[in-house]
Amino acid sequence: MGSVTQQIIQQFVNGISLGSIYALIALGYTMVYGIIKLINFAHGDVMMVGAYVGWFATTVLHLSFLPALLLAMVACAVLGMLIERIAYKPLRNATRIAALITAIGVSLFLEYGGMLVVTADIRTYPPVFPDTMYSIGGITFKYGDIVMIVTSVVLMLLLNFIVQYTKAGKAMRAVSFDKDAALLMGINVNNTISITFAIGSALAAAAGVLTGVYFNTIDPLMGIIPGLKAFVAAVLGGIGIIPGAMVGGLVLGMTEAFVSGLGWSTWRDAVAFLILILVLIIKPSGLFGKNMREKV
Amino acid sequence: MLLKTENLSISFGGLKAVSNLNIEINAGELVGLIGPNGAGKTTVFNLLTGVYAPTEGQMLFEGKSIVGLKPFQVTNRGIARTFQNIRLFGDMTVAENVKIAYHQHATYTTASAILRLPAFYRGEAEMEKEAAELLRIFHLESKAGELAKNLPYGEQRRLEIARALAAKPKLLLLDEPAAGMNPQETQELMKLIRWIREHFHLTILLIEHDMSLVMGVCERIYVLDYGTTIAHGNPEEIKSNPKVIEAYLGEEVV
Amino acid sequence: MGNLINRRNIVALLGIVLIYALVQGLIVTEIMPPFFKLTIILITIYIILSTSLNLITGITGQFSVGHAGFMAIGAYLSAIFTAKLHYPLVLGLIVGAVVAAIAGFLVGLPTLRLRGDYLAIATLGLGEIVRIIFLNTEYVGGASGFTLASKITWSWAYWLMVISVLVIKNFTNSTHGRACIAIRDNEIAAEAMGVNTTKYKVLAFTIGAFFGGLAGGIYANYMYIIQPMTFNFITSFNILVMVVLGGMGSLTGSILGAIVMQVINAALAGFPEWRMVITALLLVVMMIFRPTGLMGTKEFSLNFLRKKGESNAA
Repeated sequence: MGSVTQQIIQQFVNGISLGSIYALIALGYTMVYGIIKLINFAHGDVMMVGAYVGWFATTVLHLSFLPALLLAMVACAVLGMLIERIAYKPLRNATRIAALITAIGVSLFLEYGGMLVVTADIRTYPPVFPDTMYSIGGITFKYGDIVMIVTSVVLMLLLNFIVQYTKAGKAMRAVSFDKDAALLMGINVNNTISITFAIGSALAAAAGVLTGVYFNTIDPLMGIIPGLKAFVAAVLGGIGIIPGAMVGGLVLGMTEAFVSGLGWSTWRDAVAFLILILVLIIKPSGLFGKNMREKV
Repeated sequence: MLLKTENLSISFGGLKAVSNLNIEINAGELVGLIGPNGAGKTTVFNLLTGVYAPTEGQMLFEGKSIVGLKPFQVTNRGIARTFQNIRLFGDMTVAENVKIAYHQHATYTTASAILRLPAFYRGEAEMEKEAAELLRIFHLESKAGELAKNLPYGEQRRLEIARALAAKPKLLLLDEPAAGMNPQETQELMKLIRWIREHFHLTILLIEHDMSLVMGVCERIYVLDYGTTIAHGNPEEIKSNPKVIEAYLGEEVV
Repeated sequence: MGNLINRRNIVALLGIVLIYALVQGLIVTEIMPPFFKLTIILITIYIILSTSLNLITGITGQFSVGHAGFMAIGAYLSAIFTAKLHYPLVLGLIVGAVVAAIAGFLVGLPTLRLRGDYLAIATLGLGEIVRIIFLNTEYVGGASGFTLASKITWSWAYWLMVISVLVIKNFTNSTHGRACIAIRDNEIAAEAMGVNTTKYKVLAFTIGAFFGGLAGGIYANYMYIIQPMTFNFITSFNILVMVVLGGMGSLTGSILGAIVMQVINAALAGFPEWRMVITALLLVVMMIFRPTGLMGTKEFSLNFLRKKGESNAA
């Protein structure tokens, strides 16, 4: 296989791994926005907490990958629900600016509160996976790549199942569509919102653990940039639209991998923001979104 | 001919909300636009004021096309409107609400404002005077310093009309001005509408569901249903028109 | 000119001069400790930043979370002119402010159609892009930034602040300011009443960016060193907090907000994490219990000194 083609496909593979992390985080953003029209700025930091719980599980409790993952997901599900109840629920009828500012406040609280609790030191994950590399036609896959992709796919399929085929999922879709009508139809809106936060946060936790396992180091501020980028991914796909978040995440991951591959890695973050601006200017409703008119 | 539309149409996706609308209004007339809910009446207003762009057809105001103009440009040309659901500036005072409409006729620049040049003081004094006069006409002068959102409903509706008049329009579009009013308030509104037409030398096109107002005040009426005109004439003709009665099936046409 | 001479303005002028003289006296006689001087000058810089952001976000209703970007442009451009090209301070400050204003104009135009959350995120992204551009530019030192002489004194900072606030106040209390407020309150109605909403949104961004850039220039020429990481999203957010804390739409509120936040910062300077945690908690609590901020949309006014019949305008 030609060396250029090889390079491209290699970046493709790197991009999918990265993209699946963004997708997992983006799903949480998109679900929360869909249901209460709030950009949950604190979401990236929930991912960070998940990474730390995973670290604790593997380093102190000596659990293996799957139990650690589950523990992190459960812990963050609870965290997500707590945040919603304490900080967001009182502001459900407030102005968007107030809600957004509160979300940023929660985010900062998690970041710097985290620093006070675990100190700003970087922690490293113990080696959870064997170091094996596989090579197909000159393209390397790490064991970690495969786990990351498989885990993400499984989780996304699970999410899809929940949203499409369970009662809770139907409730989530109803509340996203029209909160008041759902309330009138007897749906417990508060619980549905809590479940949405729980699921979204669990997915973010999974992303955190995968990041920790794959990239090895974690620190209290690790959630900021991936959080922002995952948000870009959600907007790219169409905010509020679940398949959109998955596609957006993958597209963003691959774009970033290519930019790095071309040697412009210091501009990596700028590229994500540039994509954001372009989407907002050209088609704010994203790839899968519909345009909504304001009634005059 | 002050206002003329030719085959005016607009489609939203597959739905033709207004199709082939042909209306003519002469200067000084008081014309009504009625029809069942969803007939497209407010859409017509939105087309005329540039909020929506038509998919087909022409709109001529004083002989010149107003298609493609932005709403503020339409207002600058001399068409002002009120809204079906009141759109006052709630956090601004009554006086400030009126002064906004004078903004397009403002006589001082940003620079004058920043440097507090004499032109600023002259301009402000003039706007203050004109706003006070308008509020007096509408019996709102005592509420000049009140926040608009604190006014009772009836006064809010009056303020909405006063504000539209501050824009010094030649054509005034009133969207359901009597909504939520009791019969006595409606009677007063009718007097007010006739009076402002005289006093301000206006032409008025109004949308209304209250038939007593429409029949009592309008000289000519267009009836809209499913986006097209189904009848046109003076109140007597409209009252007895079978197509109109059918469109309003079940409603009392007084 | 006669309109400007009234009791209120005279009292206000006296107050302004008094504050200047008091602080200047303390500085010149070296009674004031350096840390206090730093804090006070930072307060003036942040007052310019908060009032200019208020013009964009509080008064015109355009949610902008990228103000640090304008500050960065003003800081770097003015620093280049004064430190690298050796032009006088005045020119450097003007250039910084003007280029920032141009950036504001360029930001205002394409983001016009965006509302609320989307505009916030877009401005956040643009602010970050500006920072990353400076981060990757070797001429200005990249990540480590560059150092320059400190030419800004209390006099410079204070009087520039007074001028900035006065300009913004005069703009707001005029038909042009009212047009902006109308846009915030009900954009569709504003447009229907003849206000060119595009023009005023862009104008608000341009003027707000101008003063953001001016503040950046003052900052750069005071602080001895400028680095990209100073102008990140956290800074933008801090400025926004000052505006929200004071009350969006209230210039007095923004001034108060800047003072309060900087005092908290100074008091907790030794404990940066605690500072952020407390700020964050303060914010969340305030949003839940008093989202309108300290002043709401009201201004502190000396109207009680007004003679009967005198207009509000001056």
